[in-house]
Amino acid sequence: MKGLVFDIRSFSVHDGPGIRTTVFLKGCALRCSWCHNPESQRCMVETARKFRRFGTEVSETTETLGTFLEASAILKRFEADRPFFEESNGGITLSGGEPLLQPAFTLFLLKASKELGIHTAIDTSGYASTEIFKNIIQAADLVLYDLKLADDYQHQHYTGQSNQLILENLRYLKSIQKRFFIRIPLIPDVTDTQKNLEGLYEIIEELNEVERIDILPFHHLGKTKYERMGKIFDFQQMGPYNSAKSEQIKSFFLPLAKTVSIGG
Amino acid sequence: MINKRIQRLRQESLEAVNRISPERAILLTEFYAKPDTNDLPIVIQRAASFRYLMQNKSIHIGNDELIVGERGPAPKATPTYPEISLHTLADLEMLDTRKKVSYKVDETTKEVYKQTIIPFWSGKTQRDRVFGNLSDTWKNAYAAGVFTEFQEQRAPGHTVAGKDVFSNGMLDLLEKIDKTKSTLSADEKSKMHQLQAMSITAQALIDFSKRHVEVLKTMLVEAQTDQRRNELIDMIRVCERVPSHAPETFHEALQHYWFIHVGVITELNPWDSFNPGRLDQHLYPFYKMGLEDGTLTRDKASELLQAFWIKFNNHPAPPKVGVTALESNTYTDFSLINLGGLTEIGEDAVNDLTFLILDIIQEMRLLQPSSMVQISKSNPDAFVRRALKIAGTGFGQPSFFNTDAIIQQLISQGKSLTDARNGGASGCVETGAFGTEAYTLSGYFNLNKVLELTLFNGYDSRTARQIGPKTGEVADFKSFEAFYKAFEQQLQHFVDIKIEGNNWIEECFAEHMPVPFMSLLISDCIDNAKDYNAGGARYNTSYVQGVGLGSITDNLASVKKWVFDEKELDFNALIRILELNFNDQLDWQQRFIFESPKWGNNDDTADHHAVRVFESFYKAVNGRPTFRGGVFRINLLPTTSHVYFGSVTGAMPDGRSAGKPLSEGISPVQGADTNGPVAVLQSAAKIDHLRTGGTLLNQKFTPDFFRSETALDNLTALIRTYFKMNGHHIQFNVVNADTLRKAQKHPEHYRDLIVRVAGYSDYFNDLGDDLQEEIINRTAHGLT
Repeated sequence: MKGLVFDIRSFSVHDGPGIRTTVFLKGCALRCSWCHNPESQRCMVETARKFRRFGTEVSETTETLGTFLEASAILKRFEADRPFFEESNGGITLSGGEPLLQPAFTLFLLKASKELGIHTAIDTSGYASTEIFKNIIQAADLVLYDLKLADDYQHQHYTGQSNQLILENLRYLKSIQKRFFIRIPLIPDVTDTQKNLEGLYEIIEELNEVERIDILPFHHLGKTKYERMGKIFDFQQMGPYNSAKSEQIKSFFLPLAKTVSIGG
Repeated sequence: MINKRIQRLRQESLEAVNRISPERAILLTEFYAKPDTNDLPIVIQRAASFRYLMQNKSIHIGNDELIVGERGPAPKATPTYPEISLHTLADLEMLDTRKKVSYKVDETTKEVYKQTIIPFWSGKTQRDRVFGNLSDTWKNAYAAGVFTEFQEQRAPGHTVAGKDVFSNGMLDLLEKIDKTKSTLSADEKSKMHQLQAMSITAQALIDFSKRHVEVLKTMLVEAQTDQRRNELIDMIRVCERVPSHAPETFHEALQHYWFIHVGVITELNPWDSFNPGRLDQHLYPFYKMGLEDGTLTRDKASELLQAFWIKFNNHPAPPKVGVTALESNTYTDFSLINLGGLTEIGEDAVNDLTFLILDIIQEMRLLQPSSMVQISKSNPDAFVRRALKIAGTGFGQPSFFNTDAIIQQLISQGKSLTDARNGGASGCVETGAFGTEAYTLSGYFNLNKVLELTLFNGYDSRTARQIGPKTGEVADFKSFEAFYKAFEQQLQHFVDIKIEGNNWIEECFAEHMPVPFMSLLISDCIDNAKDYNAGGARYNTSYVQGVGLGSITDNLASVKKWVFDEKELDFNALIRILELNFNDQLDWQQRFIFESPKWGNNDDTADHHAVRVFESFYKAVNGRPTFRGGVFRINLLPTTSHVYFGSVTGAMPDGRSAGKPLSEGISPVQGADTNGPVAVLQSAAKIDHLRTGGTLLNQKFTPDFFRSETALDNLTALIRTYFKMNGHHIQFNVVNADTLRKAQKHPEHYRDLIVRVAGYSDYFNDLGDDLQEEIINRTAHGLT
């Protein structure tokens, strides 16, 4: 079985507990304007310009974004990294893009990893049909669940999709007592407005105690990726997120979760 | 906490100017110029010259010092060793005037060298003897940069004090010597001379301590404060007891070791100076007893340790001569303090003092001594985390070693379990049985030069000589296997030359340059009535250090890919590209760099070459007999030789231009490890570390890796996993490129900036330009 993958990273330490190996699946239904992985969005192989720097010389080549990889090859990689998972109580994380957009592949990887005794996490926007969501989520040990905008109109405006399905799936997640962490990207004047934060607060509060909230402040490291892909980045001029503000927002959410962290 | 006194002593040590002192050379020349010296057996000459030095060298005790004893007449006044190698006036000029790692030489010194030292020692040095009898084949390979030779201007050393050093006074050793003497028969003259020589040196160290007592007594009369008077009274009492008797208190233990240390580095200039080894283990009984009986407090112990640290920092490496001096870019003399590990009965050896010493390392932040932590699976995570926090400050210390691997290495070499557990690593990463083993490093071996010679049928274009066998023109290699076979032939050829040279040099040292004083300190030299340099130690090992595993792996992978697998280049075309040093061939150079498989990415297409080269090198060296009655073994570490070896090696198929540095230790080629630290460790673990005497893996991390508790947990797990896979060593280079660039522009603001270069730490400002560039270029692993 093959899946479309745009990256695999070992020693991921911000995508769940311990040392993890994260597989980034390509393709997402959302088009968040701040997305730091523009290459993660389309469900197809793409290309980008790539610059090789050699001394003062710069030469240009083309980079292929996305490869159809055999699940067995990925599992082999997991096996190799397993000693690091065991020592650190880490594991694997399926991220994206949106792993739920490649449900069969994602489910296979989760199940096969579990059979190998490897801890599994899935990082998702939650945007998937309830049927697919239920089916896949039961196979993961941990869900990293992104919450962006509380207001549906705003959600549609900035991500291109409604948040109804997302909120429904979140409630389902809580109802089956699946282990999950909430992740909130802080996007200046988009998700970090007082109004939105209060909206998100209400949503999380309704869940009645969550284990952990990760605040993910905006960063502009994806800027050059946009340039290389010839895409427009709406946040081109934006610098790194104000750390005092992240701290403030962290305290704001503290009553809701056992742990609130900045940066995952 | 560092108190005012230590702050002042530390500052004085940092500011003291490194300079050449002619004192030792003058005294030694006086001694050897005596008409009757030559009539004595050589070992007695050596012992008596040591006595002459210890009785006549000036005694320096600094204001407010607590631990006393100085190799030269003042801190950082560095002696020379003309009996080993003789500085020319040009050497002195170069040392005096060069910008980095300079040693000031005053006019009096130059004059004394011109008038006395040079005329007396010319043609009579150990270096003259060594070079006088080495074959032309050896000299040609040496000149081409196939290998270096450690014992060409420094004496064999590479050894570490064991626990016996702390349980024996010189008087105990004298008694032991007498016992051995009583077992000798009348015709065992050379053994008798050896023992006599050892006695002379033991007594000489006692004399040296007595001279300190006299000076301290004078200082007592002149002391201004009650506090200093009380300290001086203590110091006099300490120096009256040690090193004559075994130490009984914490202060005595440190002073005892320090007198011995000064003895070793005055007798000769052994490599890696000398080293107290498992310091937390040796000192713990004294520490514990002192706290229990109320004679010691934690603060007092700290202050004494801090004073001890400063003594190391006052003793820069003795400068070399000729080209080697030009290429030596460090003041470090490789004393590596070991902490943690296992006790000799296999228990977790981490104790309160281990943590106290880690505090000292962090607070003192000195280049010398260097420090490492031994990590066994039995040691607690708290210990690893404490050490990681220090490493995270970007100071380059401590480095991290796998105790369980070290013990297995030593046992597989035939050491007893107890001796193995009492061992550790010294110098950069070298495994040794402390107190019982003479493990000499013989020289770095340029694996990539051998590959280059294979590409050019044994011909070295830089020195314009056919120095290797004719193993075939590249066009004749119909398969990669045929090419690799030719490489193995070249490798065997040069290893044979190296080993033949080593054995001659060992013989030369055994015969002409015994070290009766150092022989007192390593078991079983006294029992065997045999010198350290002649094989008197319980275990004798000689190492050849392979350099450039990453580069050679990438070179082989590149040849295999472009010439044999994808056939985009024929072998002759590749050779032409290399001969042109990529001029007008930038496209190929970039393809080699960016598109060839690279070591350090857990990619077997590259990594299997590393394993293969490792096995070939191991097979060529391991187990061959040495002159001293031991065996040759391999380790993989470069110090800074990868820069020198790079400078004599032409353009290579991995895309490296002629003259550029090679990879160091078993680390990936600079910048080639694009898949993060897990992949680097997976690659590194593919070679069998347990069959080496040490490997060096340098990993650069940004400070974020150390910033949070979670980050420290993950790093702890990273180290422990590598060690589970039998990795020997890892060190963290925590810097960011911007800081280093700034440091290049404004060195005056960054004098305390220390970075790790291949197995030791050094002040960034003291590194050569090429090393500075290299450090900046190494991939910094960002957080994913």
